[in-house]
This record gives sequence, structure tokens and C-alpha cells, in this order.
Amino acid sequence: MSSAQALPAEAPGLRILAVGESAVLAECTEPGRFLPLYTRMRHAAVPGVVDLVPAEVTLLVAFDPAVTTRARIIEAVEAAAAQSSTVHGIVVDVRTRRHAVVDIAVRYDGPDVGDVVRSLGLAGIDELIELHTQQLWTAAFLGFAPGFAYLRGEHDRLDLPRRATPRTTVPAGAVALAAGYCGIYPRPSPGGWHVIGTTPAPLWDAAREPASLLEPGSRVRFHRAG
Amino acid sequence: MQDEPAFDILATGPLSLLEDDGRAGWAHLGVTASGAADRGAYRAANRLVGNRPGAACIETVLGGLTVRARRTLLVATAGAGASVTVRPGPAPSTSTGTASSASARRLVDNDTLRGRHAAPAGEEGGHALLERHHPPGHSLTLFSGDVLTVEQPAAGLRTYVAVRGGFDAVRVLGSRSSDVLSGLGPAALRPGDVLQLADDAGEWPAADFVRPPIAPLPLRLRRGPRDDWFGDQGWAALLETTWTVSADSNRVGVRLESPDGVARLAPFAHRELASEGMVAGAIQIPPSGLPVIFLRDHPVTGGYPVIAVLTDTAIDAASQLRPGDPARFTDQR
Repeated sequence: MSSAQALPAEAPGLRILAVGESAVLAECTEPGRFLPLYTRMRHAAVPGVVDLVPAEVTLLVAFDPAVTTRARIIEAVEAAAAQSSTVHGIVVDVRTRRHAVVDIAVRYDGPDVGDVVRSLGLAGIDELIELHTQQLWTAAFLGFAPGFAYLRGEHDRLDLPRRATPRTTVPAGAVALAAGYCGIYPRPSPGGWHVIGTTPAPLWDAAREPASLLEPGSRVRFHRAG
Repeated sequence: MQDEPAFDILATGPLSLLEDDGRAGWAHLGVTASGAADRGAYRAANRLVGNRPGAACIETVLGGLTVRARRTLLVATAGAGASVTVRPGPAPSTSTGTASSASARRLVDNDTLRGRHAAPAGEEGGHALLERHHPPGHSLTLFSGDVLTVEQPAAGLRTYVAVRGGFDAVRVLGSRSSDVLSGLGPAALRPGDVLQLADDAGEWPAADFVRPPIAPLPLRLRRGPRDDWFGDQGWAALLETTWTVSADSNRVGVRLESPDGVARLAPFAHRELASEGMVAGAIQIPPSGLPVIFLRDHPVTGGYPVIAVLTDTAIDAASQLRPGDPARFTDQR
């Protein structure tokens, strides 16, 4: 058996790989396709699907082999992918209707503000704040910790690599930039991103419904805390 | 009845956690499924006491967990080859419990529990002749005051202690499982904790004994999804190496060691994988070439290529590997 593990996929730009006995990985070769695919799969409520894990260019679909088969899951993913390409606009509409814009207030007092301004060649903190607040961010996927969303902006002016040395502790509510994303730490944790500010927004509360303030597809606008 | 204390935790061994069948369905929010590391053993322990699926058990590492029954209880153990010893003891003095209301002692509110119930001294003395020893895989009755100890297993790592009704704790996203990576779920058990029963009793058990699992080694796996990063040479290295389990292993993952790792093919040598969804049983190959087998508390996404994924049965077997144990893999097909 070679690496030709890719299973046949009807939809263009889609490669489906088997992951053990109870999951498949759908890899989208066209950027921006995977979030509509995730949204469609979530709406489709395919029987036997246990978990949907969107990431940068993939959607992992975990299923219960006692309820369904890999073939049925692949069929469902292909159907969702076909729909999201032919009626792409409608899918995006569904997404935007579901997600009101979440406003998040930020105090731009992070320890890395100076470094970020310098390495991006900005005029100063005001330009950083303007770039951060004057674009709409979309939660591409969540990971790292419960409630931690990888927020993608509308442009890449704030794209910079991770810090050379990760911090051992970043406080809860830290607003940080790295690898083309903005993220907010839901609880104190180690972190390698550039911290530009803090927010009191409750990103995660397991006792709340929903527990996470953000989910894949959520849209976020930051504003400067008064 | 449900609010009455059932067990005092007198000692925990290296690590004792409450685990159930986990909280699948929240991975899109960054929450891993967690749950009992050895699902087969966990289910066997619950079956022995007639619990409904999903009842919480204690998952304890190696030996040392010691609990005292506050009343008559049906319990069972399964998993690692640990036998248990039961020493009849005097019923616990009422002064250890009644000062606070029953609800204040729920695991819900662990912090208020701790320190109030120091283990009485001299617990060990005097009853050696009445000790009962039970091999794993049996159910047994504890009477009020009985002290049960999970002994050091001859092999294997994790033992499950089930009680009829299941252990109670606040559910987080529908589960009473401790997730050691994210910190969700009940805190690790500590001496002085008092456990209560939940309402998960089902049909009475049909059996009072389950066979201990026969160690299904080598671990069976299915190739992919990122085996193309390693080619046939890497695949052969994974299957032909006798790996050694590292001490740096836990419920997140089992780290493996060997003088030679699994090398990437040249075109992939410096490539970065975009983070992608992970599953329990995934075998990640980091740049060191030394495999990491993800167990139930794995991160929901990961940035290293997964060369293969264990079968469900092999995940259970991997969760019983001890530091220093050898580990080998075989292709499922």
C-alpha cells in the first residue's frame, strides 16, 4: 500500500483521507472552502457523526462505526462539498445570518505592542489599533484550548511569526497575534503569540450555554476599551 | 440517599481521576473527548456492578488507591492486573462527616472538602487475619468501614474502580471526566475527598467476573493519513522498531523512544503541516522522529504529521503501557 490513501472524491479541490477506524480527513486544496464545508456538515446533522473538527485547510469528521460507515460519511462530505461550491454564496449567507458580530473591547496594553509596531513597520500604537479594530475577524477554527479561536482578518497587514521564545504564562483575556491569526487566551496558559492587549470578555465558561463565546464561523470586531 | 457520602478517599496512589465515556461532540470548540483511557476495562468495571453505560469510575494509575466505604456498596475493578485488598475497619466516626451538610461535601465543591477529612491514623493495624484479596475482574461487596486498596499491578498501568450507581461529580459539557490537558472536569482525587453516588445503576449484573484482557500486542494500526511524508522506509521503521515507552507519558499521549526514529522523506524534510484535527490513537511523528501515540486527552488539533492510527482495541492496550515497556506495531491488514 502506497501513500495513495486518498479516497476517490467527486468534488473538485477535495481530498478525503482515512483516519483510523472512525474518522476521515477532508482536505480542501482551495483556501476558504473548508468553513462553508464545516457549516454545511454541521447543518446536515449526518447520522453517526460524533465530532467535526475544522482546522486550517482540513475538516476532520469523526463518526461512530456502530451507527454508520466510512463510505456513508465520505458520501455526506462529498455532497456537502458539492453544495458549498455550487451554491457557495448561499452557504456564506447562512453563515452570516447565524453569526451576529461579537464586539470585543480591548485595552491595548500588551507587553508586545512595541515589538509588534517595530516589526510590522507601523507608525505607532495608534496605527496598530486602527489596523486591529478596522477589520472584521472570522473564527476559522478553535483549538489549543477550550474556547481559543483562530481569528482570520480581512487583510494580512498584522501577519507576523510567533515569538522566538514562548512565554510560560499568558493571562486570561490576552489578545495576541501570530501566524496570520489573532487569538484570545480563554484562561492563563503558556503562549508563543505576541500579546497586544487584554479583554474582560468571557471567552469560556463551562457552566454557560454555549460554553464558548466563539465558534467556527463567528465574526468578531474589536474596539478600543474606553 | 443520593446525597449521602459513599467513600472516603484515604490515599490516591500516583494519580486517581474520575472518568466516564467522555464528552465527544465539542471538538469544534477546542474541547477534546477525554474519558476513560482504557474503554474496554472501564466498560467491564461498570458491567460488573450493573451500571448504565456512561457511569463514572475511578481511573487509578499503578497501586495505592485506598478508599473507605461509608455504607454497604457493590464495587468492582478491571483493567491492569491489580488485585485489591479489603480490610474490615471500624465504621468511620461520625465526627468526620456530620459537621458539614451533605451537599457541601459533593465533589462539586472540592476545595471546601479538602483538609476536613484527614485520614485517621492507625488504619492499617490489627485486621490482617480478616483481609480479603480479590483478583481484578471481580465484583465484591464492601461493608461500612471496609477499606479497599488497589495493589501494585504485576503488569499494566490503569485500574478502574466502579461502584453500583456510579460516582457523582458535576458534569462539564455532559461528562464527569477529568481532562488533564484542558483542566475540564473534576480535579484529581486527593486524600480527604468524599465521594458520593450518582444515579447510574441499571440492570443487575449478569456476571460477577470478567476475564482480564489478553495483552493484544503488537498494537494494531491503520496506515495514514500522512504516511506519504515518510514513505515505505518510514513505514518499515515504524513497524520494525521495538520502541520503549518513555516516562514522559500521560493521558495526553504515550511517547516512544528508540535510538533511531522515523525519518521524513527528503521533499517533506522542512515542510510545515497546517494544523489539523486529531483523534485518539493517532501516531504523530514530530521532527525528532520519535512517535507519540495520542490517548484520550489529546489536543483537538495538531501540527505534526500522523503516520498511522491505532484501532480502538489497540488504544486501550496502549493506555496500559508503562514507562520502560516495549511497544511494537503491526499493520491492521
